[in-house]
Amino acid sequence: MDAFTKLTAVAAPLPMANVDTDKIIPARFLKTIKRTGLGVHLLDTLRYDESGAERPDFVLNREPYRKAQILIAHENFGCGSSREHAPWALRDFGIRCVIAPDFADIFFNNSFKNGILLIRLPRAVCDTLMGDAGMGGNARLTVDLARQVVVRPNGEEIAFEIDPFRKHLLLNGLDDIGQTLQHAPQIESYETRRRAEKPWLPSIAI
Amino acid sequence: MPETQKPRTLFDKVWDAHVVERLPDGTCVLYIDRHLVHEVTSPQAFEGLRMAGRAVRRPEATLAVVDHNVPTADRRNGISEPQSRLQVETLEQNVAAFGVPYIPLLDARQGIVHVIGPELGASLPGMTIVCGDSHTATHGALGALAFGIGTSEVEHVLATQTLLQKPAKNMLVRVDGTLGRGVTAKDVVLAVIGRIGTAGGTGHVIEFAGSAIRALDMAGRMTVCNMAIEAGARAGMVAPDETTFAYVRGRPFAPQGAALEQAIAYWRTLPSDAGAAYEKTVALDATEIVPMVTWGTNPEAVVAITGRVPDPAAETDTARRAQMQRMIAYMGLQPGQEMQSVPVDVVFVGSCTNGRIEDIRAVAAVAKGRHVAEGVRALVVPGSGLVKQQAEAEGLDRILREAGFEWREPGCSMCLGMNPDQLAPGQRCASTSNRNFEGRQGPGGRTHLVSPAMAAAAAVTGHLADVREMS
Repeated sequence: MDAFTKLTAVAAPLPMANVDTDKIIPARFLKTIKRTGLGVHLLDTLRYDESGAERPDFVLNREPYRKAQILIAHENFGCGSSREHAPWALRDFGIRCVIAPDFADIFFNNSFKNGILLIRLPRAVCDTLMGDAGMGGNARLTVDLARQVVVRPNGEEIAFEIDPFRKHLLLNGLDDIGQTLQHAPQIESYETRRRAEKPWLPSIAI
Repeated sequence: MPETQKPRTLFDKVWDAHVVERLPDGTCVLYIDRHLVHEVTSPQAFEGLRMAGRAVRRPEATLAVVDHNVPTADRRNGISEPQSRLQVETLEQNVAAFGVPYIPLLDARQGIVHVIGPELGASLPGMTIVCGDSHTATHGALGALAFGIGTSEVEHVLATQTLLQKPAKNMLVRVDGTLGRGVTAKDVVLAVIGRIGTAGGTGHVIEFAGSAIRALDMAGRMTVCNMAIEAGARAGMVAPDETTFAYVRGRPFAPQGAALEQAIAYWRTLPSDAGAAYEKTVALDATEIVPMVTWGTNPEAVVAITGRVPDPAAETDTARRAQMQRMIAYMGLQPGQEMQSVPVDVVFVGSCTNGRIEDIRAVAAVAKGRHVAEGVRALVVPGSGLVKQQAEAEGLDRILREAGFEWREPGCSMCLGMNPDQLAPGQRCASTSNRNFEGRQGPGGRTHLVSPAMAAAAAVTGHLADVREMS
């Protein structure tokens, strides 16, 4: 996984609540066996009309937001399906950070595993940042993970909370399977104990 | 590891029993008893294993099946759609290479992963169960801790048989009283989501309790837990009881004889202790719940079938009003319109929410002696091959076919429209599935979530209808 340290970038405003993962990447695009190439279908029905042409009004079809690396949204972002294709699509488009009042649980987990930083900030603060984002290329936001601040274009710093373990993995670009495998002896002793305590647990054989 | 002094919830007990190690910041290495795998969210996980030179740690704790994108027409000649075929073939190559037990497409046991897990006894009370699918919450009906994960976590479980997790918070949803005639588990869970909202359970595991939940059969409990995710919860759970034990008994992978009795003795210790604490509690009166139907594009946008489309003008919050207007416009409805006046083009019966034999019986009971209304297409997609066999043994397929329903092969089908079963733009569907998101059942499609009996009522009348008014 790529490390996330500090990012200064254009932020795209998406003032919608309950942006579900079907909206982020519709099911018809899940028939892939790769993680890459989904960016073109990010928010597909919002970005394209029935004929497949870009909707010129949609934020990600306008300059400078075509190159946005930060997304600002409203409540319950990423709700619904567990598809990791949603963060893959965001990442493939170029988004490295999403700021919203709250996120759905599974999407939250999935995003961090793909090097995307999700920041929870109160709705009023999100709306302020939405205003900054609306100013386009002259108003880049800076996200500094080490210091846990978002820096507005006017220099004001907004602090955010993040789980220290997630921060550690993200700052160092660590693969958490590697982290877990450091506990392999404990997993083995758990399995031994479990076999003794719950011998009835079935094995599957087809 | 468990704190034996403090009263614990069902969730606390199952969680504590699976903690391999607690890290200093509270993150736990959580052991996973059962890992269910399907074709759509697993290819990248197996690829990750391959690239890192890792094996599947416990293939015998894993069960793979194809369900999401398989066609539900005759499949004996294979899958014609090339991308779907590639995904299925990729899973077949992966399970062969990594030694994972697999139920192939033409096996009678094939079906929706959340239907076959309990049906085969692969999912049991007290287990931790995961799958790369949010509706894994379904298995919580057995008193298991079951939740959906992403593909990175699928890879993590394949490699380590564990997940790195922090415990969720406890939430109690009590439903007490007796459900009225024509009111089902689906109506209960839609009423719950209508009350607490699509993010009402975020960060929590919901335990469903109360006399109305106790009175549900296992299929009903699965319907309720299945949609816990639609309230934002990580999982839904119901304490195991005699109904659960009777359901498990005799299932192919379930323990038998003395082993089963030993398991049941353990499962009896799982229900929440008196005085266990919940961060949130919500209570509903079962006698007040009526058949429900969604009007908007998320599951909290729900009303009684006797109700009307709400009027955004009455909403004071501007953001909420704008969202209501967008939903009503997308759905092609009018503020104040009576729900029962809404005509449907398609009726879909199936999915991990309502694709079990009990659901098909409920549809057949309404369909018997009636006919699907002119111009309506009605599909019944059994949740598994075994459900299909059972329905055919009971003659339900004949009743349904005679009434004009299509009787299809098992799979996820029109719940998410990954296979050819999709709505056309603008088409309106009464659906027994779980999500009414924009475009969920096909681009531009309009979904009204209902119970199986209500779906049948819509099919035979041609519009959303109150099943209680049908004799």
